[in-house]
Amino acid sequence: MDEKKYAKLEKEISPKRPLMRNIIFAFLTGGTICLVGQFVSLFYMTYFDFTQQTASNPTVATMIFFAMLLTGFGLYKKIAQFGGAGSAVPITGFGNAVISAAIEHKTEGYVLGVGGNMFKLAGSVILFGVFSAFIVALIKTILVKFGVVSW
Amino acid sequence: MVSIFITAFIVGGLICVVGQLLFDVAKLTPAHTLCILVVAGSVLDGLGLYEPLIDFAGAGATIPITSFGNALTHGAMAEAEKHGLIGVVTGMFEVTSSGISSAILFGFIASVIFKSKGKV
Repeated sequence: MDEKKYAKLEKEISPKRPLMRNIIFAFLTGGTICLVGQFVSLFYMTYFDFTQQTASNPTVATMIFFAMLLTGFGLYKKIAQFGGAGSAVPITGFGNAVISAAIEHKTEGYVLGVGGNMFKLAGSVILFGVFSAFIVALIKTILVKFGVVSW
Repeated sequence: MVSIFITAFIVGGLICVVGQLLFDVAKLTPAHTLCILVVAGSVLDGLGLYEPLIDFAGAGATIPITSFGNALTHGAMAEAEKHGLIGVVTGMFEVTSSGISSAILFGFIASVIFKSKGKV
């Protein structure tokens, strides 16, 4: 069997991803996680001195704490099974990637296993986040210097 | 007060739908999808569009990974405003410190407390 035939056969046999169902579940899961986040940030805005903008920092930390509990008890995996991108895109998905890698590689020791593999999955997010932030801020700084835009 | 909960749900859900479309329609891996969303958040902040979105949707804009790109750019630009070009590098993690530090901290605590049960 040549490669083309194989690719065609694979396409026919492999189950079609139910797009509409995935989108609805991603919307509901992601929306629910953000709703929980809104309750957490309301808590920080009510009981501590935070505004809508600054509350995001403690909220993110709290959400990652929830992600730790869910990942540790093996529940995040189950949410991810029906939530798809709805569980991967929120910051809890980033936390889950770091935390699950840390737990998974525990057997190899804390330095080489946990320390070395923690950012195996999440590292690319940090890399491209930092790089794009650098480029964007650089362009903006230069544009401000030349008086094209203001801060 | 109630309206921000509704917009948080809808905006957060819609950002996740964009991610799901990148998964299913563009056939990207989760890692590629998250990278694209982070870059998108950072560019949106450069254009000054992310801040109004946070005012409109609250956690619906700050919880998705796009806010990570926004926070990095925001810190870099705020510091650049004060100190010029060098601030772009020094200010980078100013705003987003909590995401990275809590991920490292809780990741380590989890690895101490929990045992691996296959892939978690």
